[in-house]
Amino acid sequence: MPKPKIAIYWCASCGGCEEAVVDLAEDILGVVEAVDIVFWPVAMDFKKGDIAALPDGALAATLLNGAVRTGEQEEMARLLRRKSRCLVAYGACACSGGIPGLANLFSREQMLRYVYEEAPTMENGEKTRPQVEFRDDGHTLELPEIRHVVRALDQVVEVDYYVPGCPPTPKITKAAVEAILSGNLPPRGSVLAPDFALCAECPRRATKPQDLAFTEFKRPHQTLLDPGRCLLAQGVVCMGPATRAGCEALCPAGNMPCSGCFGPTSRVRDQGAKMLSSLCANIGARDEASINRVLDGIPDPVGTFYRYGLPESLLRRRVDLQGPVGAAAP
Amino acid sequence: MHDPGWQPRIVAFFCNWCTYTAADLAGVSRLKYAPNVRIIRLMCSGRADPQFILAAFAGGADGVLIGGCHVGDCHYSEGNLKTLRRFQMLKRMLRGLGIDERRFRLEWISAAEGDKVRTVVNEMVEQVRSLGPLGMPSRFREWDAEMARLPAEAKTAGAGAAQEEAEAAHA
Repeated sequence: MPKPKIAIYWCASCGGCEEAVVDLAEDILGVVEAVDIVFWPVAMDFKKGDIAALPDGALAATLLNGAVRTGEQEEMARLLRRKSRCLVAYGACACSGGIPGLANLFSREQMLRYVYEEAPTMENGEKTRPQVEFRDDGHTLELPEIRHVVRALDQVVEVDYYVPGCPPTPKITKAAVEAILSGNLPPRGSVLAPDFALCAECPRRATKPQDLAFTEFKRPHQTLLDPGRCLLAQGVVCMGPATRAGCEALCPAGNMPCSGCFGPTSRVRDQGAKMLSSLCANIGARDEASINRVLDGIPDPVGTFYRYGLPESLLRRRVDLQGPVGAAAP
Repeated sequence: MHDPGWQPRIVAFFCNWCTYTAADLAGVSRLKYAPNVRIIRLMCSGRADPQFILAAFAGGADGVLIGGCHVGDCHYSEGNLKTLRRFQMLKRMLRGLGIDERRFRLEWISAAEGDKVRTVVNEMVEQVRSLGPLGMPSRFREWDAEMARLPAEAKTAGAGAAQEEAEAAHA
């Protein structure tokens, strides 16, 4: 019997998810034994044409990481969707937009202007910017169009399963691959990670007080963190209460607060709103002025609460940005 | 310019014990106020999950109003204080997401203050009218329209018939 064909692809991502696959270490040999990797641009020399030539549904599964920002990524997502019997959104960016999704706080014009004109390290007197089409000497060169909006994978194509994390840990990656190969899968659309909040598997759990009564919020670099005590009890924003478990509390174990990369549990629609709700309700202050003094300790609420999930949040994007149809400034 | 027939749509979350009762009182007292508010009764203003407020905006509300008991009068002792704290942060977050904070208002209205319901609702409707429509559903449609512009191959590769076939073959 031929081995099942697998593809691994990246869109708007940092490469950390590819690294996570390699982090399977010797277990990757077992994976390679069991499957035929037919497409993996970062590691192997197969081309888009090789995939396009396959019959539809020929791939047992595709692990696709990264958010979708360009026309090329959109096209590849659709191509791989068509060729795959199981499409997996692998990693925070594909699941919910991830760090690249924070670009949804700026318009395309703001972004391009900054990157190609205003950045302190940029020397670009002619203000050259990438063009979708460029003609020179009878040749036409093309680049993919950058879309106005960053999207999670399921906002472009249908997704069968989600493997969360920035990046997903070797343990959940391995479990996901095994589940897909054996066909022993939960209902379509499920997240392949435990469905409870991170606090439940945090080694600091026993020290989480019943009543937090925050008097101030501190950022990790502003304080010396006690490695044994609940980070919330130390006044640090830890996203644990609003984040799905599965990483075995890697960041709290390393004395850093959870930043929410596993996304919400299945009962929560909007991770940022839910974290805001839990955190702010527990502020000790009782009048508006004192409440606001405490809140000043979180200078960037959107970046804090939606660090990995702005495109998948209820509002998806800063709502007053220019494009794609115009809208307001800037 | 927006549709000349547009009318502000405001979603109001009123607590059962004070503000909703006050709205009832406004009703039985035959006080007239603007008809642009859709009132949702919650047991406590503290039940107004920030997700509800974002969902209201995302679903087409031009403004959201929360009404609860005065501080100290909460039926559940401190639910309204939790609302106040969340409200202050949510306002900051909405600002970061480009929604004018004047579209979002929190008022303490006791069961005896039917007249205050009228004043607050009328003020809010006028405020939102002057700000114009937020129109999130049509913004979502505009944002997604850019995905239709794809090269020919990808268009045929959509999640349509081909994929269903693939799934059928798999099954």
